[in-house]
Amino acid sequence: MTVIDTSALAERLEWQLAQVRDIVAETHRVKSFMLEPVNWTGHLPGQHIDIRLTAEDGYQAQRSYSIASPPEDKLLTVTVERVTDGEVSPYLLDELRVGDRLELRGPIARHFVWTSGSSGSLCLLAGGTGITPLMAMLRHRDRSSCRTPTVLIYSARSRGDIVYQNELDGMARNDTNLRVVYTLTREKAKDWAGHRGRVDRTLLATNCFPPAQNPAIYVCGPTAFVESASDFLVELGFDSLSIKTERFGPSGG
Amino acid sequence: MDEAHISHGFRSKRQTQAKDRVPPGQYVTADFPILSAGPTPQIKVSDWKLALQLGGSLLGVWTWEAFEALPQTTIKTDIHCVTKWSKLDTTWQGVTFDDLLKAVGLSGPPEPYVMAHCGGGYTTNIPLADLIGGKGMVATHYDGLPIAPAHGGPARLLVPHLYFWKSAKWLRRIRLMPTDERGFWESLGYHNYGDPWKEQRYDGD
Repeated sequence: MTVIDTSALAERLEWQLAQVRDIVAETHRVKSFMLEPVNWTGHLPGQHIDIRLTAEDGYQAQRSYSIASPPEDKLLTVTVERVTDGEVSPYLLDELRVGDRLELRGPIARHFVWTSGSSGSLCLLAGGTGITPLMAMLRHRDRSSCRTPTVLIYSARSRGDIVYQNELDGMARNDTNLRVVYTLTREKAKDWAGHRGRVDRTLLATNCFPPAQNPAIYVCGPTAFVESASDFLVELGFDSLSIKTERFGPSGG
Repeated sequence: MDEAHISHGFRSKRQTQAKDRVPPGQYVTADFPILSAGPTPQIKVSDWKLALQLGGSLLGVWTWEAFEALPQTTIKTDIHCVTKWSKLDTTWQGVTFDDLLKAVGLSGPPEPYVMAHCGGGYTTNIPLADLIGGKGMVATHYDGLPIAPAHGGPARLLVPHLYFWKSAKWLRRIRLMPTDERGFWESLGYHNYGDPWKEQRYDGD
């Protein structure tokens, strides 16, 4: 495992203000926020930021959100799903308006990151809004005209829950090296021609690159999705050390 | 920024949290979220061994049976994850570092630093002073039951006064070191020490 030690250069990631420049309703429970921080030094696809909210009585709450935008974009995008009974996500989804400002700091963590300079093929597995950091990777791949053979396997509850579908389909249409595979776990509609059900061994064996190719694998989603998908990958013979995971805990929000 | 920006319309939905139990920026959860960098290793206790290493020599190696025969301690404590959740009153059972050092005939710390080596290639570094004096243990049971693989079983570190990534899962080898070295997350942007009460989340905090 390659670890770059930049500890000697460590500077504190300061809280800073960012202005909301645009808000996009992605699905009935997901919105994207395009933010303009005062001072952004850039990020790697897959990194996250912390957002801090302060109430008038001084109460503070912090949450981590993956960055969905690539380093090439001027604005920083986070895509937020409503957490039922949550504290931060309902505020972001219901109260925050274009022109408002909020506090953030980042970019954070350098494990779950991919850049177009990496060699080998790329396999991305998303469960629900776990697509967010993977979208930053796909957008970065697209903006840098990188043609790394890539497959995205994206599990969502229903068609209406797929975030970024138009953009993903558009990217795949223009690029024979990118394949996007959807599977829907709760879709009832008969005219859905794609996969149904949870990500399983067969779906992975059929759609991933073979283990002998040793693709770089990134798995992001709710804990149960990440646990089962990464277990299947290990059973199929993929090297554990080539599988990077990021889990959304069941709590938070 | 000197003063926090007020987000108008934002207010707490949570019950008042005990400030002496919940560090800054944390919230209390009843769940036990799972966070790790890769797949969960499935380690059978029949294959499990724990090694204690000093320089080039092994001070001790325990099989599961031998480890279970060491003096057992139960700790009830609060845990704090760098991803902002805290969980109160968790109960762990295992072998304290004091008993581990005693078991290999050491009366005091032979070196000031420890690197924990774990399944999945994960490592984390901790000063030995933060593990002795009843502060740290190798835990094998959570809430009266063997620790589940996803939570770090068969055995994980427990250093509850530091952020929980320091309580490394799937512990295999404890290496005593003369100088500090950075572990996995510590080399990837996270704080070298990780005191939740000082909010030492990331490098430079």
